[in-house]
Amino acid sequence: MNNKGVDQSKRQFLTSALTVVGTVGTGYLAVPFLAQMQPSAKAMAAGAPVEVDISKIEPGQLIRVAWRGKPVWILNRTPQVLETLKTLDNELRDPLSQESIQPESSKNPVRSIKPEVFVAVGLCTHLGCSPTFRPEIAPNDLGDKWKGGFFCPCHGSWFDLAGRVYRGVPAPTNLEIPPYRYITDTQLIIGESAEEASA
Amino acid sequence: MKRSRITECNDWFLERFPLTKLWNEHMAHYYAPKNFNFWYFFGSLALLVLVNQILTGIFLTMNYKPDAKLAFDSVEYIMRDVNWGWLIRYMHSTGSSAFFIVVYLHMFRGLLYGSFKHPRELIWIFGMLLFVALMAEAFMGYLLPWGQMSYWGAQVIISLFSAIPVIGDDLSLWLRGDYVVSDATLNRFFAFHVIAVPLALVMLVFLHIVALHEVGSNNPDGIEIKDSKDPWGHPVDGIPFHPYYTVKDLVGVGVFMLFFATVIFYMPEMGGYFLEHANFIPADPMKTPEHIAPVWYFTPFYAILRAIPDKFAGVIGMGGAIVVLFLLPWLDRSPVKSIRYRGGIYKKALALFVISFLALGYLGTQPATPTATIFARIFSAIYFGFFLLMPLYTRWEKTKPVPKRLTTVHSLEEQLPALIEEITVLKPVATEIGHTAFKGSSFTRQPNPEGIRNVISRLAKKAIGSLD
Repeated sequence: MNNKGVDQSKRQFLTSALTVVGTVGTGYLAVPFLAQMQPSAKAMAAGAPVEVDISKIEPGQLIRVAWRGKPVWILNRTPQVLETLKTLDNELRDPLSQESIQPESSKNPVRSIKPEVFVAVGLCTHLGCSPTFRPEIAPNDLGDKWKGGFFCPCHGSWFDLAGRVYRGVPAPTNLEIPPYRYITDTQLIIGESAEEASA
Repeated sequence: MKRSRITECNDWFLERFPLTKLWNEHMAHYYAPKNFNFWYFFGSLALLVLVNQILTGIFLTMNYKPDAKLAFDSVEYIMRDVNWGWLIRYMHSTGSSAFFIVVYLHMFRGLLYGSFKHPRELIWIFGMLLFVALMAEAFMGYLLPWGQMSYWGAQVIISLFSAIPVIGDDLSLWLRGDYVVSDATLNRFFAFHVIAVPLALVMLVFLHIVALHEVGSNNPDGIEIKDSKDPWGHPVDGIPFHPYYTVKDLVGVGVFMLFFATVIFYMPEMGGYFLEHANFIPADPMKTPEHIAPVWYFTPFYAILRAIPDKFAGVIGMGGAIVVLFLLPWLDRSPVKSIRYRGGIYKKALALFVISFLALGYLGTQPATPTATIFARIFSAIYFGFFLLMPLYTRWEKTKPVPKRLTTVHSLEEQLPALIEEITVLKPVATEIGHTAFKGSSFTRQPNPEGIRNVISRLAKKAIGSLD
């Protein structure tokens, strides 16, 4: 091929220009493909609030309801449990829930609107397993330090009965508290926060 | 002379497609070292298992339904109602475990004989990419039966991505396509498992083999056979891959199939290791099984994840365990390739590494008790120590001189007569009936305690000597 009389700098410019335009074009083309993997409009709309009747929950009993496909626990805590919760602060990573997810109304040491009724998303903040409810004190498999709480069987994280995480376990933060509010004394609605309702 | 129709057809084809050239380049004229041993079966076996997975996979998709409501039942339907469905599914599920067994042994061969070292770094990199793609393929395939273990395993692994700072939560949401593992997740995993990742695997296998055939195969001596060539330019210590190694590999295939068939027909679940018990219960997003563990081939990495008591550091540790493998060609500073000429430090380090890998694999299947966690931490430290200290200890070690040509190992058959001569002694037999004609040749072999002692002490000395 004869390269004489070829304007090399022009050729270089055209090559670079085509590369840039082509890359930008490919980038734009990638957007619809990547975005279609985001939750669809239907999946996003499926997060409707759930109403729960809590009048039948015995003291010490835990019920599970599904909200946005996730397990939500509602636990009726006994006075003894609430006493125990006050003694645990030194063993917890975030006893005052400074770095954890909860609505304002539940940002207190017992992490609930009414102290006896505890509501939480039942998924470990480590890798999303659903911890087991272990209210008994010092069982054989968990040892003497266990004061009742939630134990994650997947990676051994410990939470107390306010969903607060212990030190030295893999989970980074306390269990998430979903937005919820009371319609009546015995009726809960999960998915709407008390703040939103009053505002 | 009149050319036959067949020859004409043949020529027509060959003028348009270089089939002979390809065949010669990669089979009939591809020279491989003549001293391949047992460890060299696993590359071709991995290819065989890949073919098995693709073929059985095609037939499984004919009856499987990637839908959260139908998936579990469609797998049961394949197992019970589809003609021979159980066989095809067990071939596929056993094949996935067999794939990892074969690939782990193939990788260990690389560690033994330095197959990752110069000039084969790129083969190792392609191989590691294959390993990562294989893990992705296996993980996504495991979600498809939509059992309890499928569901919670996927939940845990996808949540790993949420540990990445800043973008983590959005990334895991994007991967799932929903706020929890759901129908959307199942459907996209099906697409990846059936189309995207298999394509990537096949392409990577192609690259792995092209790179291998460019530089040539390593061998148990770690000597480049291309360094000594005959006047025709063929390596003196090489033999054509076909027919020599195609035939040899057929024997390996036969033995492999024997084991494979035994598992398929007599122990397809392998006591809960190949197909986990909890996976016979349909997925329940409300309840995690009491004890969850990944399938056995992921457990070493899973044990490392659990050993670290911090979410982000745990994920880094788990990812790092795979990343260090990529760096292996540059971590190893030893001038020799094969373990036969390496110093004792590498041998001991490799032994420790294998022990810790197996121990981590075991711990990953067990619940996370405090004692188990301490052991997992020790073995994780050894795992990383093997790689991260490698630049130091491979530089210090005293290597043995490497011969120019491949060494010949005497086969057992050749050595046996001399060995028998040594450990036995000939004794004349006192015959009761007086057949005097045969008296001169009536001897019997009896064990010779002194000879046996000599052989044992020689073996022991050799075993100790090989460590230093």
